[in-house]
Amino acid sequence: MIYNIPYIAVAALIMIGLYAILFKRNLIKIVIGITILESGVNLFLITLGYRKNAVAPIYTNLPEGTSIPEGMTLPVPQALTLTSIVIGVAVLALMLAISIQIYKKYRTLDVAKIRRLKG
Amino acid sequence: MNIATHSPALIIAIPLLGAFLTPLIGKLGRRVRDAFVLIILILTSIIGIILAQQDYSEGIIKYTFGAKIPSLTSPSTISIPVRIIFEIDGMSIFMAMISLLLAFFAVLYSTSFIKDENGSDRYYTLLLLLLVGMLGMELTGDMFNFFVFIEIASISASALIAFSVDRGESLEAAIKYLAISSIGALFLLFAIGLLYGQYDALNMAMIANSLSNTYIDKIALILLIGSLAMKSGIAPMHMWMPDAYGEAPSSVTFAIIAATQASLYGLIRVCFTIYGKAFDMQAIAGVLVALAFASIFIGATMTLIQSSLTRAIAYAAVAEMGYILLGIGTALFLGVEGHGAVALKGGIFHIFNDALDMGLLFLAAGSIIYATKERDMNNLGGLARRMRFTTIFFLIGLLAASGMPPMNGFASKILIYESTYALNPILAIIAILSSILMLAIFVRIFYSVFLGPENPNLKDIKEVPKPMLISMACISLIIVLFGIFPSLVVNSIVNPAVHALSNVDAYIGSILGGV
Repeated sequence: MIYNIPYIAVAALIMIGLYAILFKRNLIKIVIGITILESGVNLFLITLGYRKNAVAPIYTNLPEGTSIPEGMTLPVPQALTLTSIVIGVAVLALMLAISIQIYKKYRTLDVAKIRRLKG
Repeated sequence: MNIATHSPALIIAIPLLGAFLTPLIGKLGRRVRDAFVLIILILTSIIGIILAQQDYSEGIIKYTFGAKIPSLTSPSTISIPVRIIFEIDGMSIFMAMISLLLAFFAVLYSTSFIKDENGSDRYYTLLLLLLVGMLGMELTGDMFNFFVFIEIASISASALIAFSVDRGESLEAAIKYLAISSIGALFLLFAIGLLYGQYDALNMAMIANSLSNTYIDKIALILLIGSLAMKSGIAPMHMWMPDAYGEAPSSVTFAIIAATQASLYGLIRVCFTIYGKAFDMQAIAGVLVALAFASIFIGATMTLIQSSLTRAIAYAAVAEMGYILLGIGTALFLGVEGHGAVALKGGIFHIFNDALDMGLLFLAAGSIIYATKERDMNNLGGLARRMRFTTIFFLIGLLAASGMPPMNGFASKILIYESTYALNPILAIIAILSSILMLAIFVRIFYSVFLGPENPNLKDIKEVPKPMLISMACISLIIVLFGIFPSLVVNSIVNPAVHALSNVDAYIGSILGGV
């Protein structure tokens, strides 16, 4: 049970993120929802690579007498997560920048009122 | 250093370097910068041609980053290939050709189209980054790498959609596109995580080889297909497409069409290469055919009620995506022999034709907006008198898009009709009728924009500058040539793509054979 807690957290984060994206009307809250969703996916990747009692995958940091692959958590998911975080920051920055511009043009952040495009 | 061996890396590296050099070169003046961007694109295209030649003569190209062979690992106790591998087969090179062609003409068109706007240095940077994203998606053999490139493409594409920041509509379209893309990409990443958790692999060939039909695989498949279909604008996830296509500058739309098709390539790759061997795809194929008809129907009917010119063409683009998916879905349903092979041929050929036809229509619409500053079809009329060449190009585009012989759209649609008829005659009849409906709608659009009484406000408009006309003329020429000599095109570039998709074992073997 205790080892499943990260996966439960992943499911909870993804659900909260989707809830915010689908049901919130404020643009900033939708952006926050996407960020929470992203955190959920990142946590999922990190959890996949975890091993019990393992150390961080730094080659020079291994304790004495540990053989290489068994003593470390998997390095690949961590590399993936770092990349994904960087991409997430870029997306977040661009979304917030566009939101600011939208607020300047429409004088509102309510997505129900930002509807010049329809049909 | 041998250029031919390193061309898979260079085809990504050159536009990436060019993208970030463009703002610096821009300090030297606009003409120098335009020439620089065009030279970068020509260099990339030359490398693309080298790659294509290599691919057609020697078979699948694989390029391992950081090692000579895919299986080289350090420390040597690990036996899994963890490096990023580019695996380039006939399908990848086919898509890369489309991307390069569209990016080149988008830039050529932009040299006049974007002239008056501020920040055009950054415009070219983003356009080159978009090209990097598309090429990366199409050439990579690694799932996570695919995710990275899809994000590069969607970030740069949404920044480009928002390029005219003084229009609220384009900002709205941009945030919609970015939100949809990033949600889609996150679910893609989640699916990649599911696959990685089971098979310890990110390499497409390796995943394809070790898929064992578990419940988690099915969840991953649904997430992959859902997210990639959302990114490729398949109904009912098409809402972003008319907004983004309609509101972006037309040269940008032209490039984004290629990005959308790169996502569709991802969908095809997932269905045929990764899951094709281990899974029975009949149910998925049925869903894809149903989605294809939804796209065709929604696209064709919604085109009917639009008053904005670009938005109407954007809905037609949704319908065209439906035709491609119809071919792909039929092929998946019938298998890759006999009629299935014809369907796959038609679907893949139609990817190229759709890019050219829709692209030409958007470029012509962009020329109209450039000349008249007007998007609403109700305020346009009688433009044929003032803009002769644009009229001809638009006419070619609309005939091709609605599948009239002797244009290229007919050549691929006839293959799709023929094979869909084998699946179910009613489906083929619906597809043909929708195509005729599209023709009727386009004729109405053509009449209200180019013919009819001249609008008094539009008395003093002029034909658009030469670079715009040249790019439209080249695209039209390709459309007509593809229409007149379809078998030449099918034999030289479409058949290798079909062969690559139907021959999964070769794809897997070229990576794992060496391990």
